[in-house]
Amino acid sequence: MELAKRIQPTMTRQEQEQRDRKAASNRQLTALLGKIAIYVVTTTLAIIFIAPWAWMVSASFQPIGDIFDWPPSWIPENFTLNNYTRFFEEANIGRLVLNSTLVAGSVVIAQLFLNSLAAYTFAKRRFPGRNLLFVIMLGALMIPGQVNLIPAYLILQHVPLAGGNDILGNGGHGWLDSYAGLIVPSLSSIYGIFLLRQYMKSIPDDLIDAAKIDGAGHFRIYWQIVLPLCGPALAAMSIFTFTYHWNDFFWPLILITSESLRTLQLGLALFVVRNRTVWDIVMAGSVIATLPILVIFLLFQRYFIRGISLTGMRG
Amino acid sequence: MAATAQPVPAYQRPPEGGIRRTLYLMRKEWTAYVSITPVVLLFIVFTVFTVAFSFYLSFHKWNILEPDRPFVGLENYARLFGDERFIRAIGNTIYFTVFAVPLTMAAGLLVALLLNNKIRLRGLYRTLFYIPNITPLVVSAIIWKWVYQGDYGLLNYYLIQLGLIERPLLWLADPNLAMPAVIIMSIWGGAGYQMVIYLAGLQAIPEDFYDAAKVDGANGFQRLIYITIPLLNPTSIFLFITSVIGSFQIFTQIYIMTSGGPLGRTSTIGYYIYEKAFRHFDMGYAAAMGYALFAMIFVFTIFQLRFLRREFEY
Repeated sequence: MELAKRIQPTMTRQEQEQRDRKAASNRQLTALLGKIAIYVVTTTLAIIFIAPWAWMVSASFQPIGDIFDWPPSWIPENFTLNNYTRFFEEANIGRLVLNSTLVAGSVVIAQLFLNSLAAYTFAKRRFPGRNLLFVIMLGALMIPGQVNLIPAYLILQHVPLAGGNDILGNGGHGWLDSYAGLIVPSLSSIYGIFLLRQYMKSIPDDLIDAAKIDGAGHFRIYWQIVLPLCGPALAAMSIFTFTYHWNDFFWPLILITSESLRTLQLGLALFVVRNRTVWDIVMAGSVIATLPILVIFLLFQRYFIRGISLTGMRG
Repeated sequence: MAATAQPVPAYQRPPEGGIRRTLYLMRKEWTAYVSITPVVLLFIVFTVFTVAFSFYLSFHKWNILEPDRPFVGLENYARLFGDERFIRAIGNTIYFTVFAVPLTMAAGLLVALLLNNKIRLRGLYRTLFYIPNITPLVVSAIIWKWVYQGDYGLLNYYLIQLGLIERPLLWLADPNLAMPAVIIMSIWGGAGYQMVIYLAGLQAIPEDFYDAAKVDGANGFQRLIYITIPLLNPTSIFLFITSVIGSFQIFTQIYIMTSGGPLGRTSTIGYYIYEKAFRHFDMGYAAAMGYALFAMIFVFTIFQLRFLRREFEY
């Protein structure tokens, strides 16, 4: 504004003040309009994003006739829990939830220990071959799952003395169609090790050296000093791992043939394939399959987000 | 450390140089090897061995139902080139990747830019955008199957209301619309993840850069083009590479929404490998396809790392 005054000296003081005020209110108006635009765009996008999902929840409480209404009714007119009770009756839901929880839970517990111990070793100990080994393992993340898939299937089929196999691993189905087959290949994960290692790198070495001088061995340092400091990273890893295995569909699809061993996602997918038109029950099942993950997400959101950015930023 | 450990005499230094020093360090740090043993064993069995064994399989006619598994040399690989369905699967996979990856990234960036403003209820918005990402793919695919229904689907209803189409479209049954439909569903499912990563990237850009640009008279759009997007480049490269690798392997959406149809228009490599290996049990051939996919991803990654890193260094 100083500049404007000098350029136009003929302007009276009153005119100048008016001009300034106008400019200021213009700026405010632009800022306000910008703000409104941001809210409008963000809200519209958010509605579009949540709409299909909201519809699933809404439809799960509607009788089948109402689901087929055009225009779609977003608020259930004839609210019913019937879809849920019928899904419970037809899909042996308890067993599905139990299987999913058991598989995802065991994997998380195993990975909490194995991943963090490996991460500590890679982050804080020096030993020949460390960097080479770590780089090879990270590089292996690039290998598409389809390459490992078939041999992994054959390995599980030929586990000796399991599932009717002889000592050479022939004759039976091995670990196919078993909990072990779903769990054992995922007892550790390179991705999880990487995430924890990145976090442990930020713990000062002085802390570890001090513990060494006090006579603590590596396992004690890991267990009593480093692990308690890794709470957020361990939480993030656990949530990722649980979500991944809870949501996993492909591996159970290939491995599991017995009805009693189906996971929730597999049970739901096969239910859809078998009963293509019972949308009311399918929607109730979908809500049940999503609910545990949603609750975990809402409770531990900040760990989720932190965990993602922790691995995301390092590339 | 055990209390009985002998103190190392001063003259007994680690041997200098080469193998002896390495062996000395290995012996001294043996517990390190013990603590990574389970992880390394799993890695050897389920990654190293499987990769090697897959290679072996790809040179054999290997059907799980037939006891005879002869060596056939390069026959499986030669078969790939004459297999119309495989070539179409590559085409479909590339079609999916070319649209789904950039559009998902753009959507994620847009949402991140919006949420990077000082707005109320940011946390709520972030949650809403992220929910599709945690929803199990099986469930997402089921929901979208309904959204795309011809006669009573949500999408057709609102498109007709907006006057964009006149008659309902058969999204998943129309050979030309099926893949776009899968792509839209994947953008919906993936944008939330990209948003979180982009938000982290945005928060790492120092405020000074923007202040300096403001002094120079850059407007909002110029600041976006000349500061924000170039500085987000490492984030974008990371997202681009991981998304492309992920989308080369797309399976679950296809399995539930289209089963590869109509007319094979949505049959991707991931889906075709599954069909060959676990429906026809033609595992040798499926392994060869897996390796072809691997080769594509490998070439792509190397290319990206060399090309993109150099291009945008500043």
